Amino acid sequence: MIEILLFATIKAGTPILFATLGAIVMERSGIINLGIEGLMLIGALSGFVTALYTGSLFLAVVVSFFASMAVGSIHGIITVYLRGNQIVSGLSLTMFGIGLTALFGRGMVGKTISGFDKFHIPGLSKIPVIGPALFRHDLLVYLSVLIVVLVSLFFYKTKWGLYLRSVGENPAAADTSGINVLKYRMMAVLVGSGLAGLGGCYLSLAYTPFWMENMSAGRGWIAVALVIFAQWNSTRALAGAYLFGGINALQLRMQAVGTTISPHLLAMLPYIFTIIVLIIATMRLEKGSSPEPESLGLPYDREDRK
Amino acid sequence: MKKLLLLAVISAFLVFTGCTNQPKEEAKPEPAAKAETGKEVKAAFIYVGPVGDAGWTYAHDMGRKVMADLPFVTETNYIESVPEGAESTRLITSLAQKGYNLIFTTSFGYMDPTLEVANKFPEVTFMHCSGYKTAENMGTYFGRMYEPRYLAGVVAGKMTKSNIIGYVAAFPIPEVIRGINAFTLGARSVNPEAVVKVVWTQTWFDPAKESDAAEAVLDVGADVITMHQDTPAPLQAAEKRGALAIGYNSVMSEQVPGAWLTAPVWNWEAVYTKIAEEVHNGTWEPSQIWWGMEEGLVDIAPLSDLVPEDVKAVVNEKKAQIMSGELKVFAGELKDNKGNIAVAAGTEMSDGEMLGMNFFVEGVQGDTGN
Repeated sequence: MIEILLFATIKAGTPILFATLGAIVMERSGIINLGIEGLMLIGALSGFVTALYTGSLFLAVVVSFFASMAVGSIHGIITVYLRGNQIVSGLSLTMFGIGLTALFGRGMVGKTISGFDKFHIPGLSKIPVIGPALFRHDLLVYLSVLIVVLVSLFFYKTKWGLYLRSVGENPAAADTSGINVLKYRMMAVLVGSGLAGLGGCYLSLAYTPFWMENMSAGRGWIAVALVIFAQWNSTRALAGAYLFGGINALQLRMQAVGTTISPHLLAMLPYIFTIIVLIIATMRLEKGSSPEPESLGLPYDREDRK
Repeated sequence: MKKLLLLAVISAFLVFTGCTNQPKEEAKPEPAAKAETGKEVKAAFIYVGPVGDAGWTYAHDMGRKVMADLPFVTETNYIESVPEGAESTRLITSLAQKGYNLIFTTSFGYMDPTLEVANKFPEVTFMHCSGYKTAENMGTYFGRMYEPRYLAGVVAGKMTKSNIIGYVAAFPIPEVIRGINAFTLGARSVNPEAVVKVVWTQTWFDPAKESDAAEAVLDVGADVITMHQDTPAPLQAAEKRGALAIGYNSVMSEQVPGAWLTAPVWNWEAVYTKIAEEVHNGTWEPSQIWWGMEEGLVDIAPLSDLVPEDVKAVVNEKKAQIMSGELKVFAGELKDNKGNIAVAAGTEMSDGEMLGMNFFVEGVQGDTGN
């Protein structure tokens, strides 16, 4: 039973993990993006359509990454270059994504594709308990873990990662030392949007291989909250996403085995947990040493004098 | 500059959403053979979802199309994806102002908005789906979905080998609970060993979570899965594991060919054509329609080839019994799943009791939250 639960946990956490990673990359550069939900839908639809017409899942993943990137660039142009309000722009991006995918996805409802198969990692998948739990997922799950590692390495082991972080902390200082602030921010928005799109395509290509309007069902918002839980750190994002997925998987399984706890209480669990974690996280913040990027949400203008 | 841009973005957004809410007119090319006497019917519909949802709204729209073919119906029209609340009041009003004389609102949350607009337009006939409030010019309509659910349960009870049936349920409200109970009674009428395991998702629409819920019951041995939501996700999860699937709302046999058994379905045209005729003839009275299989509003979809002939025969026999009134789904003696007697022997539940149902019958494993 434990391996089944772990398996379900990882599966349920993966779409949220992709989206959270995307949000972290953007917020590290100082840009908040509340359009994650919309970007996930763009990724889900574009990936599904590509898989349906070309039959290539690899191509579908690539297309969904770039399609979300293209739509996310709207947010980038508005917030980075035109210095627009990040909250307003992000919210409209979500609504834009929901509307756009509903419009273009009409003909796709009811169509099915075969989707990603489970990939048993040779050797490792034979280990009892751990094998079935960790090493029998589809390729996108392994990709998400790989990206966690890559994002961590990028931020803490490369100079470009250091530059990006400095842009999010103190863009004026970064500018003074010759870093192109706007370019770094735009790149972060583009890559982050693409990652959010991958979260969407995981839903339509692997989780439930079909397209339905609004199929992300609020996962983009959970990702936005998880960024704070993860304290802008990609490995903590992995823990947060799996914890959230795990509580969901657990409460469904508790019902299936016949617990007598009220279904209303069980449905509240993931959200109660989110609130508790947020309280703990903010309490920590008040003690100083905030992990939040200093200039998060603030547009950068070289001419501004503070 | 910044403000201008913001203004531009917001206004562009408003224009965009404004456009999507324009009614989609479908005027008939030639009102052929129009009846001499009686009123012309111009009907409009408010839908809660998109017509392409393959579920609830799709079924309503199929009914609208049948009604549109009646000779005295000169025009039909619909507005889709209308949020329940203030927005719906505005749109219902605009339809009444545009001269539609028969307006259907197809979700529970439109009840008060419909009543409000009905009071302002006494010459327009309003019909609200699934509610309980009426007025001089407003009636309600809904179907006894529990009848075909019972038959779907019969199929499940006959087809299960593990005697565990998984039910992916939406919200613990009477409509859903009634469906689960009818399904369970049907299953146990042919297989007293059968147990129905309920998993609540607390969603109408979250494919990934509904698929997880199906897997949770599949993991504990269920070999037949059914659900109450609008997505095929639980059915796909069942097919992947080699289990069988019973849908809801619409036939999804093409999406899950290896698992599809049947589904309880809506045939809204039964009520839509009837109402249009009454309005046309001037015989319409405000009433609360709650029709079953006898009137054709609800039915069980054709049983797939995976269902053996003898099971089909049992289902047909029970269907005839329900339609003739010989078989009452909620007739005593019924026990709840805690062992108490819920309906005494020799009695049956009234419509009011059924509409407020808040317990599970014997054989259901789950909690209603009450």
